This record gives sequence, structure tokens and C-alpha cells, in this order.
Amino acid sequence: MIRIHNLTKRYEKLIAVDNLSLDIEQNEVLGLLGPNGAGKTTVIHMLATLLAPTSGTATVNGFDIHTDPEKVRSSIGIVFQVPSSDDLLTGYENLKLHTLLYGVAPEIREKRISDALDLVGLTDRKNDQVKKYSGGMRRRLEIARGLIHNPQVLFLDEPTLGLDPSSRETMWEYIKNLVRKEKLTIILTTHYMEEADTLCNRIAIIDKGKIIALDTPKKLKSMIGGDVVKLKLKTEGANIDNLNALPFVKKIDCVEGYVLLNVDDAKKNIPEILKHVEAESVESSSPTLNDVFLTLTGRSIKEQAEGGFMERYVQYDKH
Amino acid sequence: MSNMINTRIYFDKIYALWLREVKVFFREKSRLVASTFTPLLWLFVIGTGFGTSASIASHSIDYQKFIFPGIICMSVVFSSVFFGSYVIWDRKFDFLKSVMVAPVSRSTIFTGKTFGGMTNSLIQVGILLVVGIIIGVQFSPFALIQTIVIVLLLSFALTSLGLTLGSYMTSLEGFQMIVSFVVFPLFFLSGALFPIDRLPQWLSILTMIDPVTYSVDALRNIILGMGSHSLDLDLIILLLYTCALGTLGTYSFKRMKAV
Repeated sequence: MIRIHNLTKRYEKLIAVDNLSLDIEQNEVLGLLGPNGAGKTTVIHMLATLLAPTSGTATVNGFDIHTDPEKVRSSIGIVFQVPSSDDLLTGYENLKLHTLLYGVAPEIREKRISDALDLVGLTDRKNDQVKKYSGGMRRRLEIARGLIHNPQVLFLDEPTLGLDPSSRETMWEYIKNLVRKEKLTIILTTHYMEEADTLCNRIAIIDKGKIIALDTPKKLKSMIGGDVVKLKLKTEGANIDNLNALPFVKKIDCVEGYVLLNVDDAKKNIPEILKHVEAESVESSSPTLNDVFLTLTGRSIKEQAEGGFMERYVQYDKH
Repeated sequence: MSNMINTRIYFDKIYALWLREVKVFFREKSRLVASTFTPLLWLFVIGTGFGTSASIASHSIDYQKFIFPGIICMSVVFSSVFFGSYVIWDRKFDFLKSVMVAPVSRSTIFTGKTFGGMTNSLIQVGILLVVGIIIGVQFSPFALIQTIVIVLLLSFALTSLGLTLGSYMTSLEGFQMIVSFVVFPLFFLSGALFPIDRLPQWLSILTMIDPVTYSVDALRNIILGMGSHSLDLDLIILLLYTCALGTLGTYSFKRMKAV
């Protein structure tokens, strides 16, 4: 659906996107995960033909971004980092405007608008000016706008940036709903690990303009050695050799009276473990994508991004 | 058949962009009030104030009525050039980005916006024309149509100029400078407030370069039946400016960066 080939964007001294290649399949939800300034938005802007690459190329829905920009633009919907609807217009008017800009046929316009409003749960607020909407509602309107012309590809650029936790979860529900109902290829940028983890089929971890890892969330996490299961045995010093024979157990340590097992997929395999040993208590913990980023770069995404100044600034600036 | 559909889609896009400008204009009440108030202030305060002392020699006419065509053009100059600053707003709030990412060509965006700006100017001129009737300016229906044509031409030219400036600028603060360096010179040099027949040469040359001069003169011809040039000459020069500035604006929009 999208083929990116050696895409590069260079500003005077900075390389924002560095020779990036990536193929994205149809109906896939691909996450671009990385800290602020990693080049995620620049990639999106180039794919959306808003920004000319310094070198390299890409095709979106079979159309070249250099030679067929209008066809690329007809094929995509995009939700920008900062909501871009006109806040003096109503939600309905914003959507109507975009049906006209995208040349949606007159006989299906109203239906598409009402479907889109339904999908994002804004039907009862459609005649309010957007300036009366909450941050979460504005984002949802953006999604409706992005879908109004039935695009093949949807770009979501930091769809929950600046939202409070409960609006964020609502937003995730809407996005999941979307993936279920529409036949869409989605590219989502985020610096929230949890977001990438819940929503994406595959994640490209991007840092300094380069993809440093690309895989399913599960496999990325298993890169750093799987889950940890912590057991307190009923009888201390009991024989645990039989655990070694289990295929999913990678490593066994005994620390301070606990047995620490490094295993694949703890949730699934704990019952199996308990068949072999008698335990008083069991705890398991999973590695997060942040651990993956930490392992790959030696830095944490979180400390650079969460609640950062820019994020608050963006919110302040907008309202 | 597909040609017809494409044509319809093309006009739909322009209509959508135009409609948005007009809706925003009416919803932003302060815009409407402020932009109508200033010309009225000029018409009544300057018109009356100077009227008591300035004698428009050999034109036996009341000064307030004399500057009425100039004030109409003034309202068009201000509203049209200022209209360009809304491009900067649109960019600041990312609305422009959402339009640019749609399959709409830059020249279409430019056209839609220009029509929007022209409509805004026309609405203000409409209010001024009503005021004109109240203060005793008389014009025939034909003169009214001629006035509207001139206003639309001037407004097209200056909205293009405003949009051109807006497309190059990134800050609203910068746009304020435009007021000093573009809007006021265009207005003052147009002879809106004085007759241009007997000016010293340096000033005369400057008024000849100013496109607004020809619209003021055209409106004086039409409304007051007195002008320094013939109406045909005014119209031709105005048309030339309109084409030139329209082309410049389209070009500027084409090279404008989206992000």
C-alpha cells in the first residue's frame, strides 16, 4: 500500500529523515514510535506531499509522491498533530467543506457526513461551532474529516497528544472501532508506548530519522528477553530442575528466596509452570516498548517526551 | 460527461472555499464592525472637518461628497489587503494545511480565497453606499452597477496583493508593517482625499503608479460626474493591474510552503 524508498529530508545542518525505507501492507496499522524530533511527522508530511523530500521516493496507494501528488492526496486522509478544523464553523460545516474539496459526489455527501459523525460520536454536537468542542472532540472531528472521502490510507499524527488520560482512552476506542469497521491502512505516529502497543500491528521504532527496529509489538518486546515470572515456592529449596526442560523457559535465577524465570508469554504459560512446581505466590511482569527503546538507544523515550514543555505549549497555544 | 463532472467538482471547490470565508466574516463580528467603522469615521470626521476649511477649487462640490468615492476605495484597500493576513492565521491554526493536503490545486485555493475577500469588500461597500444615499449622494441604477464593477476589480487586485504578502509572511506582527508600507501609501497617494490635477510633479508620479488612483477616479467619474482621466482609461489601467496582481498571487500560492 505504501512503499518508501531511501526517503531523506535534510535541513541545512540537520538530517530529519535519514535514508528511510519501509513497506506498509494493506489493512495494516503501522506505528512510528519515537521521541519528539525523531522525524516521524516529517515522514508523514512527505508521504502526504506537503513537504518535498531532499532525496528518495515513495508511492502511496500505487501513486508516486513526486509525479502524482493530487492522486496521492485523494487517496489519503490525515489527522494532524494540532487540530486543523476551522473553529468558527460547526462540525458539520467543516465536514461539508471537505466533502466539496475532495469532490465527494453530491448524492452521497450527506450520508458520508452523517456516517463519519456517527463513527466518532459527534452527531448530537454537529451544529455547534468547533470552538465549543473539548480537545478530545476536536480530535475526533479531525478523524471524521480524515475519513470523509473514504481514503485508502489514514495518517494519524500523534492523535492523542495533549489529551487527558480518559479522553486518550476514549480516542483509542474510536480508533480500534475504525480499524474493525473500515478497510483502512493506518499509519500512526506517537511517542506514547502504550498507544503504539494497543493500536498497532507493527511498530517501526524511529530515532534520529532512522528506523532502528521494525516488528510486531510482541516480538519487539520479546527482543529483550520475554516476560519475567517471579515465584515463591511452598517449600524452599524444592527441586526445580524440571522447569529447565520447558521450552518457553529461557533462564532461571534464584534470588532472595524467589525463583525468577525468564519466559516467553507469561500469561499463557504460568499455568504450565504451576503444573511443575508448587508455589505460594506468582507474579509476572512484561517488558514495555520503553524498555525496547532503552535497550536500542540507551535513552528512554519517556524522559524526553512525557508532559514535555512543547506538549504543554502546543495545548496552551491552541486554546 | 466526465468533463462535466470535473467542471462541477472544480466549481464546488471554489464555492466551498468562498463560502467558508464569507461565513467566517459574518461570524467574526469584530471584523465586520471594525472594518465598517473606520471608513465612516473618515467620511464624517475628515469629511466634515476639512469640509469647513478646504475648498475644492473649481469643483463646486461639498468636500464630504467629494471624498465619498475615495472612502469607498479606502474601505476596499483596507479590507482587501488585510484579508491577506487571514492566510497567516489559517497557517497558524493549521487550517491551511488541511486544505493543502486535499486534492485542490493552489490556484483553486487562491481563487476561492480571492472571491471570499472580494465578497467581504463588496458587503462593506454596500453599507457605505447606503450611508452615501443618506448623506445625499445620488446615483442611477446604472451608476450603481458600474460602481460594483470597479469595486470588484479593485478588490480583486488588492486581495491578490494581500494574499501574495500573506503567503510570504509567517508572523502577524510582520503583517502590521504592511499597514505602514502598503496600505497607507496606497490610500494616501490615490487622491482619495484631494484632487490630483494640480499636484507637484514628484507626487503626481507617485499617484500615477498607484492602482487605487484609477479606481478613485473611475468612481468620481461614475458617481460625481467629474474625473481627471476618462473612465475608459481608468478601466483599462485597473484591468491591467488586476491581471498582473492576480498572476502574481497565483504564482505566490504555488510556491508557498505547506509546512
